[in-house]
Amino acid sequence: MPRPGFVLDVDKSTPPTLFWHGEGFRLEKLPADRSRVIYAPEPHDAIDDVDGAIRTSLLNPIDMDPLPSLLFPGMKLTIAFDDVSLPLPKMRRPDLRQRIIEQVLTMAAEAGVDDVHLIAALALHRRMHEFELRHALGDRVYDAFEPRGLLYQHDAEDPDELAFLGTTDQGEEIEINKRAAESDLLVYVNINLVAMDGGWKSTAVGLASYRSLRHHHNPTTMEASHSFMDQHASELHKSTWRMGKVMRDHGPKVFQIETTLNTDTFPQPFEFLSKREWEWSAKDRALYLGAAKSLAKTPPRLARKIFHGIEAPHQMTSIQCGEVEAVHKVTTQNVYDQQLVEVEGQTDILTMGIPYICPYNVHSIMNPILVMCTALGYFFNLYRGKPLVREGGVVILTHPTTNEFHPVHHPSYIDFFEEVLADTKDPHVMSQKWEQQYAEDDWYRHLYRTTNAYHGVHPFYMWYWGSHALKHVGKVIIVGGDPATVRKLGFTPASTMNDAFEIASDTVGRSPTITHIKTPPLMIADVK
Amino acid sequence: MKALKVSRSVPRLGIARVASAISPITATKLGPLRYGSVDEPELPGPGWQRVRTRLAGICGSDLSLVEGHASLYFEDWVSFPFVPGHEVVGELDDGTRVILEPVLGHEARGFAPPFDGAAPGDGDDYAHLATGHLEPGIQTGFCCSTGGGWAPEFVAHETQLHRIADDMPDERAVLVEPFAGGIHAALLAAPTVAARQDTSTPAIVAVLGAGTMGLAAIAGLRRYVPDVRIIVGARYPHQRQFAKEFGADVVVAPDELPRAVRRAAGCHMVGDHLSSGAHVTIDAVGTSDTVAGCLRITRPRGRVVLLGMPADVTLDLTGLWHRETELKGAYTYGTEHLPDGRTARTFDLAIETANELRAERLLSATYPLSDHVDAIAHAATAGRRGAVKIAFDMRKEDR
Repeated sequence: MPRPGFVLDVDKSTPPTLFWHGEGFRLEKLPADRSRVIYAPEPHDAIDDVDGAIRTSLLNPIDMDPLPSLLFPGMKLTIAFDDVSLPLPKMRRPDLRQRIIEQVLTMAAEAGVDDVHLIAALALHRRMHEFELRHALGDRVYDAFEPRGLLYQHDAEDPDELAFLGTTDQGEEIEINKRAAESDLLVYVNINLVAMDGGWKSTAVGLASYRSLRHHHNPTTMEASHSFMDQHASELHKSTWRMGKVMRDHGPKVFQIETTLNTDTFPQPFEFLSKREWEWSAKDRALYLGAAKSLAKTPPRLARKIFHGIEAPHQMTSIQCGEVEAVHKVTTQNVYDQQLVEVEGQTDILTMGIPYICPYNVHSIMNPILVMCTALGYFFNLYRGKPLVREGGVVILTHPTTNEFHPVHHPSYIDFFEEVLADTKDPHVMSQKWEQQYAEDDWYRHLYRTTNAYHGVHPFYMWYWGSHALKHVGKVIIVGGDPATVRKLGFTPASTMNDAFEIASDTVGRSPTITHIKTPPLMIADVK
Repeated sequence: MKALKVSRSVPRLGIARVASAISPITATKLGPLRYGSVDEPELPGPGWQRVRTRLAGICGSDLSLVEGHASLYFEDWVSFPFVPGHEVVGELDDGTRVILEPVLGHEARGFAPPFDGAAPGDGDDYAHLATGHLEPGIQTGFCCSTGGGWAPEFVAHETQLHRIADDMPDERAVLVEPFAGGIHAALLAAPTVAARQDTSTPAIVAVLGAGTMGLAAIAGLRRYVPDVRIIVGARYPHQRQFAKEFGADVVVAPDELPRAVRRAAGCHMVGDHLSSGAHVTIDAVGTSDTVAGCLRITRPRGRVVLLGMPADVTLDLTGLWHRETELKGAYTYGTEHLPDGRTARTFDLAIETANELRAERLLSATYPLSDHVDAIAHAATAGRRGAVKIAFDMRKEDR
């Protein structure tokens, strides 16, 4: 029986707490009697017969007819799927997308459907590399569809391949992939890693263009999303759901397939990362020491390669398909069941260790913008109810935060860092002054369409993702980061955790309460 | 009198070149520059005056000479031994303070000027620089007949002297010569800027390097070349600050310059070249890397102005050939034709600009001649030591 999440009150006998530090770790001793550490629930049991569960679900959807009955000869069938940003880390082969799509294709073939397109729903993310597509879909699907041009990636900048579906009652435009829009049936294959994923966000975001996305990917909407993990308190989701209504009325019939994963995140020899420190065995301690010491001597590029090579053992805990909203309701509950941890009250200081990966640097570099987004956009938002840190409190994160960018994946990020952040850190100001220039830059557009670059506007979205946190907290401190880079982000550098607490005392006093959110593995703090 | 003097010594030049890689102090100590007694130069003839040096700046070209990096090109255009120093404010026998326009022009060498009212630097035949009644020398500070500013005293022709107002401090006046060089380079951008096809947006002029010359070029662009967007690559924080104050629109680190220009031009980056780029790029450094870098960020049929003395460089010129880039040297000053139709002497523009910008802000430190090793070491590492211009102060020297 997996244990639920746990909040540890730190006392003098508590061993040091493991913090992620990019492609490395730190052990930090948190002050006794006023610190607490939140641990994620242990992984729920996985479904033993995954293929059987998929088939059962496809034949017994929620609020829709079984998939085979929706398939008929001569129809246009489009299967869209989550891109490389999910799951994290990448899962062991076979990936769930492969297992699901193979069954959908089998049913389509049995129904005589011969017009099938597979589309990676990457919105403004970078195009996936071939090896990433093969990993997600399997060689058989890739080799059958890609050479014939039937497996491709959504291009949000191809005006000939976009369809305008209408506007919401609040004037939000919905423009999505034309093939998907004109299909008789759009099957969406999702992997729900956090409660934010899935629902109408899959299609209304994943297959959309900048024209659509700008209506919710903006500072005003992001700032009013409290949090992204709570659909009913998230303006982002409300906007997406309004768009979903337009899609339901004017778009294709959508057959939504959502899956949830357990929190079994790290394989051997990194299992100690998922354990609570006081329960570390001698072997765990030896593995930690070995890993920490060898990583400290490993060149960053090699360390990055090692970590990005990790394939997580996480497994499917549920699958549900059918009508989008009905399906997503069940999915969200399943995510909550796995990830929620009850936490009593807010804290003065929230600490977090930023790992080597986030959704936007798979097989890539965690650049400074993504450090900000992971900390203030993702980890800050891992709550339901109230933010873990009180208004005016301090966030302390650990990460090397070097001035390093992947030139192919993140070209506009480099300019954003050099030009936009030199001008302003205010999401609203940059949105007004700079966003359009980056969104319409012809070179970024070219790189997004023809290489593996994120769209020109993407770094803005990353910054906006942290809008609520930027407004909410009084100070952000990065421990162990490159000072010049940290300052350019608008944050305060500190060389040690004790220095960071000292710096934080200007904002929260000499005896603040401290909460460390020990993630990954993923969790959501249910703050009372 | 005691002065600094450069002698022709191939071994010493070689040693200085090697030593400069280790330390400018070692290069100065072992190189061709010597501090010792020299004879006061004779007045070469009518129209010549004796000038007592007050301040004399240390220029990049002086440093390259002291460190043994100067091009062999100068072999036939200078005469050894010579007293360096061409950035000079001095005093005539009657107490009048003057700035030296160092080019030894036609009249100084006893030839008729190329046209009436010509400045020393004007003309398209440089034969006079190696002939006439003076020994060869492109300018004061490289000619054994005249002496130079790194001595308490030298001689100058009337055509080289600019009398200055009483309210102009020496510390400002010593910056006029480098300002003239920078302004001249800025004005070399003007024809390309004026000839561009799309005038709906400002022309892009990139400046790589923000030492004294780069800053002077920025000031010249802002004051005399209308409708330009100035993007500067500057290495050190104090240089960036000055660049902004002197009129740059965007100031970035040098390695960020290509991206900054690309953003302004709205073009692509193809390989390591911009598909378009700056209309004009001014290279105020002058190494193989910087010239190549400037070629990469200048748009097809644009112009690269070489303000920093480049000496011996290695370049792949395929891009220049393909893009029909114009490579333009910017050595000196003379008579300028301004975009507004005016004609003016560069030195007059430089005096005007130096006064307007209070150029003395750029003079970071002065040294007596006897401390020349420290002075040159300071000048050679000015940027990273937070300095801009270093000069010798001879106002208290024994004469």
